[in-house]
Amino acid sequence: MKYESQGIAKLYFIAAIALFVGQILFGVTMGLQYVMGDFLFPEIPFNVARMVHTNLLIVWLLFGFMGSAYFLVPEEAERELYSPMLAKVMFWVFLTAGVLTILGYLLVPYARLAEITMNDLLPTMGREFLEQPTITKIGIVIVALAFIFNIGMTILSGRKTVINVVLLTGLVGLAVFFLFSFYNPDNLVLDKYFWWFVVHLWVEGVWELIMASLLAYVLIKVTGVDREVIEKWLYIIIAMALISGLVGTGHHFFWIGTPDYWQWLGSIFSALEPIPFFMMTLFAFNVVNKRRRDHPNKAAVLWALGTAVMAFLGAGVWGFLHTLAPVNFYTHGTQITAAHGHMAFYGAYVMVVLTMISYSMPLMRGQKAANVNAQKHEIRSFWIMTISMVFITLLLTGAGIMQVYLQRYAADPLPFMVVQDRLAHFYWAREVAGITFLYGLFLYIYSFFAKGEEVADVE
Amino acid sequence: MRETFTKGMARNIYYGGAVFFFLVLIGLTVDTVKRLPATDNRENLTEQVAAGKRLWEVNNCIGCHTLLGEGAYFAPELGNVYTRFGESTEAIKAFIKYRPVEGIEGRRSMPQFNLTDEELEELAQFLKYVDGIKTARDWPPNIQG
Repeated sequence: MKYESQGIAKLYFIAAIALFVGQILFGVTMGLQYVMGDFLFPEIPFNVARMVHTNLLIVWLLFGFMGSAYFLVPEEAERELYSPMLAKVMFWVFLTAGVLTILGYLLVPYARLAEITMNDLLPTMGREFLEQPTITKIGIVIVALAFIFNIGMTILSGRKTVINVVLLTGLVGLAVFFLFSFYNPDNLVLDKYFWWFVVHLWVEGVWELIMASLLAYVLIKVTGVDREVIEKWLYIIIAMALISGLVGTGHHFFWIGTPDYWQWLGSIFSALEPIPFFMMTLFAFNVVNKRRRDHPNKAAVLWALGTAVMAFLGAGVWGFLHTLAPVNFYTHGTQITAAHGHMAFYGAYVMVVLTMISYSMPLMRGQKAANVNAQKHEIRSFWIMTISMVFITLLLTGAGIMQVYLQRYAADPLPFMVVQDRLAHFYWAREVAGITFLYGLFLYIYSFFAKGEEVADVE
Repeated sequence: MRETFTKGMARNIYYGGAVFFFLVLIGLTVDTVKRLPATDNRENLTEQVAAGKRLWEVNNCIGCHTLLGEGAYFAPELGNVYTRFGESTEAIKAFIKYRPVEGIEGRRSMPQFNLTDEELEELAQFLKYVDGIKTARDWPPNIQG
């Protein structure tokens, strides 16, 4: 760690991991509710558990991105952070807002929460992933602006590298597109259309810029490969991400009352969306093969390769699986979507944040890399979580194929709930995979505390 | 990557591609918004429907159901529930109204939201309006949603 202010990232990462645990606890709760419908009913109905599950994911990933930026930017810009104080204050503001919002979901009925937070003044609640009370959304904007100001000032007055400029572009995009969450017209088609300007343009747009720049940074650090080579890759990956992903938004405009031409545009452009992810995989393996040093942090290298592969599988392959309009006609809004969502988020965003944490945490704790035993546990947790997620995805895909057939394709389509009962085996197996994932996560946390022999310094 | 393909070229593809396709997206968005009156059923978007949409939101219905295929996959699609319930807003209202407070043993069940008769009517009218949106190929594929 070259600059003292990079250490602020530690706070952000600890909060991220704590909220990650919460996310998975609610995930396995929902998994159980899929097969034991009355589990925790009516205290924590499914919709509440889901809201907590998805919102915790978003919040902890944002903590992860912010922590990553605070660690990366000073080093890339070759100066201390513009205002370490602002970064600390915003951490507590964001954590408080996040925790209060989650407690609000859990402790009062959602309609009551809407009332307390005066949703009527500017109704923005009750849309998928954007369930936060309007006041929380305003808080998110304030935190995001303060964060971007801080990071931006650091970069502008320091060294500008391709990595930190791309990261900043991604973060600015994240903040700008979030503003669409305040637009909630009564017209449902318009509402849905612009809802995707937050959701799609985040996860299939600007977040890819963030992901690619974080990955590029870690790869430079752990492989020692020439920056010029890495930056060229970075540009071409994010170029493909935006060239395919912007008009690729159209794959969400097939069945929501939007014009028919989206069937063609959405299908063609989103069929190109796997390309940047495939290039990321090529990039990661290429660079690691050409490494000029063997970094003692083996775990970080594994996470970096893992995120590239799993993002390609989850976002690329599983996305392509149902992105063509004639296929999506049958699969839209089934367990196929859930399967894709799980592996894509894990592979692309969870894993890239864990890559950053894996690389930076030892440095912030005054080590080159975690000790041998700790890395052994971390690597084991990598495999347990990743393989569990592969199973979750495969099982949901199986459930989804059955669902599509029974409910939408067969000559005598069956009602939704009848079909769900028939999928119980898939859901039980998915629950087992989910609990295994949780075990992997605990092992991951344990790895930070595991004692052992220090790594040999090979440099 | 080959030396003939320089970082400068990669950068230009990135900036050029991003700006170009962002403008394409904006253009398509303008065109889409212009064409929506033909399909989005705005002629039936009454005050009552708007109130129903708010109820849909503040009770987090999307947390279990899908609406035009978007939402959670725990409970049935509601974009065509009006058709599925025999084009009866009364049937929709009765379903919501008589959900047991404690749920149904061992099964998924919908919470009791304690809506007033007026609110039930608003919500039912909202679902009827959604059913009237002209989706491509008349999605969902069949009445089961």
